[in-house]
Amino acid sequence: MPHLWLRFAAALYGMGLIYALLALRGRGIALSRLILPAVGTGLVFHFVALIENFQSSGNLMPTAAHQYESLLGFLLMAFFMGFYFRYKTTSPGILIFPLVFLLTLSAAIGAEAAPFSSPRTRNGWVFVHIALIFAGYAALFFSFVASMLYLLQERNLKSKTASGIFSRLPALETIDDMGYQSLLLGFPFMTFGLIAGAIIAQASFGAMFLRDPKILLSLLMWAVYMVLLYTRWSAGWRGRRAAYLSTSAFAAALVAWAANYFSWMHKFITP
Amino acid sequence: MNFMLIGVNHKTAPVEVRERLSIPESRLAEATRHLIQLPGVEEGLVLSTCNRVELLAGSQNEGTDLRRFFGEYFGLDVGKFQQFLYEYRERDVFRHLFRVASSLDSMIVGEPQILGQVKEAYTVARAVGGMHSQLDALVTRSFAVAKRVRAETAVGNSAVSVASVAVDLARKIFGDLQGKQVFLVGAGKMSELAARHLMSHGASAIIVANRTHQRALHLAEKFGGEAIHFDQLYDTVDRADIVITSTGAPHAIFRREHGELFLSRRKNRPMFFIDIAVPRDVDPEMNKVDGIFVYDIDDLQSVLASNVNHRQQEASRAESIIESEVQKFSERQHALEVVPTIISLQERVEFIREAEIDRVKGRLGKLSAEQEAAIDSLTRGIVNKILHSPLTTLKTAASQPEATSLVELMRRIFNLAEEPARDREGRTGAPAEDASRDKNKPGRPLN
Repeated sequence: MPHLWLRFAAALYGMGLIYALLALRGRGIALSRLILPAVGTGLVFHFVALIENFQSSGNLMPTAAHQYESLLGFLLMAFFMGFYFRYKTTSPGILIFPLVFLLTLSAAIGAEAAPFSSPRTRNGWVFVHIALIFAGYAALFFSFVASMLYLLQERNLKSKTASGIFSRLPALETIDDMGYQSLLLGFPFMTFGLIAGAIIAQASFGAMFLRDPKILLSLLMWAVYMVLLYTRWSAGWRGRRAAYLSTSAFAAALVAWAANYFSWMHKFITP
Repeated sequence: MNFMLIGVNHKTAPVEVRERLSIPESRLAEATRHLIQLPGVEEGLVLSTCNRVELLAGSQNEGTDLRRFFGEYFGLDVGKFQQFLYEYRERDVFRHLFRVASSLDSMIVGEPQILGQVKEAYTVARAVGGMHSQLDALVTRSFAVAKRVRAETAVGNSAVSVASVAVDLARKIFGDLQGKQVFLVGAGKMSELAARHLMSHGASAIIVANRTHQRALHLAEKFGGEAIHFDQLYDTVDRADIVITSTGAPHAIFRREHGELFLSRRKNRPMFFIDIAVPRDVDPEMNKVDGIFVYDIDDLQSVLASNVNHRQQEASRAESIIESEVQKFSERQHALEVVPTIISLQERVEFIREAEIDRVKGRLGKLSAEQEAAIDSLTRGIVNKILHSPLTTLKTAASQPEATSLVELMRRIFNLAEEPARDREGRTGAPAEDASRDKNKPGRPLN
């Protein structure tokens, strides 16, 4: 079975993803002791998978997209471990774990298309994919609106004119919390939505799906989303800087949406 | 029912007079009992706050003199206090009570305590048997009016003093103040007041730093907080969400770079600086740091000023609500006056009809059932036809101010005057009606 070790690694990195999601909510304390052994073992499996791949192809250079992903994921995780031993902090994991998981998962699924057993299964996956992604969009939009309201209220308070229509806005911290909570809520949806999408695309098109512009834009949006969460979580970015980031995440979402017109996969017709 | 109200408030009487007349809460029940024992008084309520003492009563006859209460209860020469008293009747009582309950008559318009005080007076009056249907209806209506004014205008929303402006602003930044830390830099009356206000809204621990550490200790003890040496100021101040500064320092003690440092230590959680000191303790440049809000004393005062303007607009909206409620309540009162008259008129005519039938029956001798029925329906028809027009007139007049005089006229024409409980005789209606037309007149001092 090809990619067996890589799949083990991806599964262990999946724990890292869950840890990241919990840590953003300020929970997951119980998981924190497990997380380093888990991703460490994942890294070992990953290394084995790389060696195996090298032996089977006899070529040090990666030849396919999924091999690049695998290598990049491995290096990222190796860096993370290096930093951990140097600085004793798992904080970058919030950002690194989801990324490595996605890269490794995509690599582990492999290059060959493995079609679904029936069209009904496929439709089910498509539905889950769309529902999750849309929930993610909704949360993203909500946090975008919240960050705009935050800017308005902040300006209102700074300008020291406490009357007018702005006086009916909720308190600054309430707006802030609204935005952050909706980000937190939306991120798992977006992540699992993208994973579901990747599984569908893999089943239908094989590894070449990664070259679709819409996929690339969605990944970009997801990355900005993650940076947004990370900066908020680690440095408490809010106000203007958070607004810039959420605006760009939202813009990426819009472009990703508009990319339907250029995408050869998202024609909304069943192939 | 004649409604009447007499009292003194912060507009008509200086504090020396008000304190002579004030009734402590513990004696409110006794005072109310005294009021309803005055001759002619059927229902009564006593309201006593630091800004007003008022007697509200419902009486059967118009001549009831509430001034006697002051003479008897306080043992005072009423003549001396005459000039401070105001007295209202009927519609003006409704208006005054509605305005008081809605906090439009308060020294600080919109302050919320007064409604609670009116409710307290009402509870006491009920407990001692001072409330029956009529006054009860009026007072409970005043609660509803106050609620409406609060809901439909912003009268109750605006901050009233610099300290509460600070609280309002803090709540605009932090929402709930529960658990927010307050830091006092320098100790002074004003900052103490602001801190007290913040704490009453849920803010918790107070940290005090002062150049004389003894004073800081003293203040910290007072608030159950913590005192910090002044040289540790920059290391500790970022623990606080709200910083109140009032030192006598000639230069700013917090500059922009301090603000940036604090915020990065606080992971960018916002900070609110309230600078009461003159010259200022906080460099205004610090307001430009994202997440830091600096308000100096002038800023607070200008917010306060804009609130006052705003409040005046809202108050005039509230007045028009009150006016419409007074109108509604008066109409209800008139309707109440009309109904018993209609009933007694019908009863009286029915009594006459039955008496006449009985009288004539003796002369006609034995009648068949049909004949009796014919007589009955004949007399009934006549009576109904005659009554039709007066009754319709009364019903349609119910909502008009003329109802009172019309009722009186009807009673006189049909000789219903002996009717109990609804006695209006001798009443011309003129004084109350005149006063109600003059809406802006503050009151009717007795001298």
